[in-house]
Amino acid sequence: MKPAWSVIFLTTLIGAGQGLFLAMVGIEAAARVGMMAPVAADFFVTGSFFVTLLLVCGLGASFLHLGHPERAWRAIVMWRTSWLSREVIVLPAFIAAVIAYGYAHAQGLNCTGWVAAAGVLLCVALFVCTAMIYSCLKFLQEWHTPLTSVNFFLLGTASGTLLAAALAATAWPLIVPRLAMAAAVLIAAGAVTRSLSLVRNARLRPKSTVQSATGIANLKIVQKAQGAMGGSFNTREFFHGRSTAALRLVKWFFLLAVFVLPLAMILLALEQGRSQWLVVVFGLQYAGLLAERWFFFAQARHPQNLYYQAIS
Amino acid sequence: MTQLALVIDLNVCVGCHACVTSCKQWNDSGSAGPLSDQNPYGKDPSGTFFNRVQTWEAGEFPATETVHFPKSCLHCEDPPCVPVCPTGASYKRAEDGIVLIDYDKCIGCKYCAWACPYGAREVDEQQHVMKKCTLCVDRIYDAKLPEAERKPACVIACPTSARLFGDVHDPESEVSKAISERGGYALMPEWETNPANRYLPRKPTTEVAAAPAQGEDPRSIDGAFDLNPARGQA
Repeated sequence: MKPAWSVIFLTTLIGAGQGLFLAMVGIEAAARVGMMAPVAADFFVTGSFFVTLLLVCGLGASFLHLGHPERAWRAIVMWRTSWLSREVIVLPAFIAAVIAYGYAHAQGLNCTGWVAAAGVLLCVALFVCTAMIYSCLKFLQEWHTPLTSVNFFLLGTASGTLLAAALAATAWPLIVPRLAMAAAVLIAAGAVTRSLSLVRNARLRPKSTVQSATGIANLKIVQKAQGAMGGSFNTREFFHGRSTAALRLVKWFFLLAVFVLPLAMILLALEQGRSQWLVVVFGLQYAGLLAERWFFFAQARHPQNLYYQAIS
Repeated sequence: MTQLALVIDLNVCVGCHACVTSCKQWNDSGSAGPLSDQNPYGKDPSGTFFNRVQTWEAGEFPATETVHFPKSCLHCEDPPCVPVCPTGASYKRAEDGIVLIDYDKCIGCKYCAWACPYGAREVDEQQHVMKKCTLCVDRIYDAKLPEAERKPACVIACPTSARLFGDVHDPESEVSKAISERGGYALMPEWETNPANRYLPRKPTTEVAAAPAQGEDPRSIDGAFDLNPARGQA
């Protein structure tokens, strides 16, 4: 597939936002059960602001993907069958829950627990919707696995928790170590599941062949013409056009930038007491996540490509 | 229930692209607006098409066969492109099984194209909506046309009658008989989309060895008028 930047930004931005929200709720819950001292309300208000910002930016990026953004409201109709439709419903609902969460903390209301619970439900539902858009397509074999959902969840929460730690480092230093450790654990878990999907995809054998695509039983079939000389939607939308070497480079970059370097830098920052580094670590990891999502799209081989191998 | 479909006879398709141009002409002139082209007379011409004819070569030289392979929306009985559409713009008609797109509801998200394993859908780069074969739905029911012309434009244009059109759920129809008698097959059966359109496989042709010796074969211009004898000795 040809990676679409709009969708790359959508999924990585909302993933970070969702992770930041879950990290805040985790902090609040830990304080409530007495595992740690209560955190000042302004942490949650500031955090909710950043979550909202990330989600709104993601939503904005998604509009750039549409041919007719002014009709986007129509996308709420087919929630019974379409994961995309479900995402379109859940994302604004989650934004509303986050704003309510920040407002409840700003006003010192007692209902933050209930708002947080609703927010967590919507947040998890959003992870599921976003990932299922890809993994429900069975002939995109690289995506059609539960690992897609697991990776979207772990990479989003790792990125968001790291952002929470970076945010805490600016004014709430007491909670930095816990958040940074949580981010490290999530990054390690994400490294395992993302590696599993890389191994799985490397072993995949495409179910569709030139023979099944054309119905010609001969072992040797070569395309001589695809019916268009100057390319078509089919050649523009489904081919990334990069070399295998470029793909390998992107893969190693994201493995380093998403997992290895952030993990090492977090542990080093904690040991050295340099929590201000965490902002840089988040930035580096976000760049890595852009590469990871680019690779996620580029690696998927669409069976329609069998019909578009030679111009003439 | 009716399921309209095309049956393509790979034995007689000569790859002339008459179906492509007649499709383009009819569907360019309809009430739904043009099928836009980009840079049609320039270096990299591109455009929206419902139907394309591809050419494949099967086998190893000299035992090769050229197969001309028309390709359009297959109007799957279980179309994967329909349930993924978030707006309901993509739908399958209950009355005749045609898979259609409501261009006024399409938001141009391209998700349906991702969900089609055949690459049958193309975005119109000018109208920014998804388009694909309609089986000439604005033609086949047009009572103002003579009965014989109420067929998709591609079917009428085909000079070798390689394209049959009809109801594949009616066992007595021409298309159903062609499918059952001549082994009409579906593309990519592994994805269980159950395409309504079928292809009639090539029948084995006469062995080359059984043909008259070279020189006596009236079909062989090489034999009758050997302009380059040196080539024959090599």
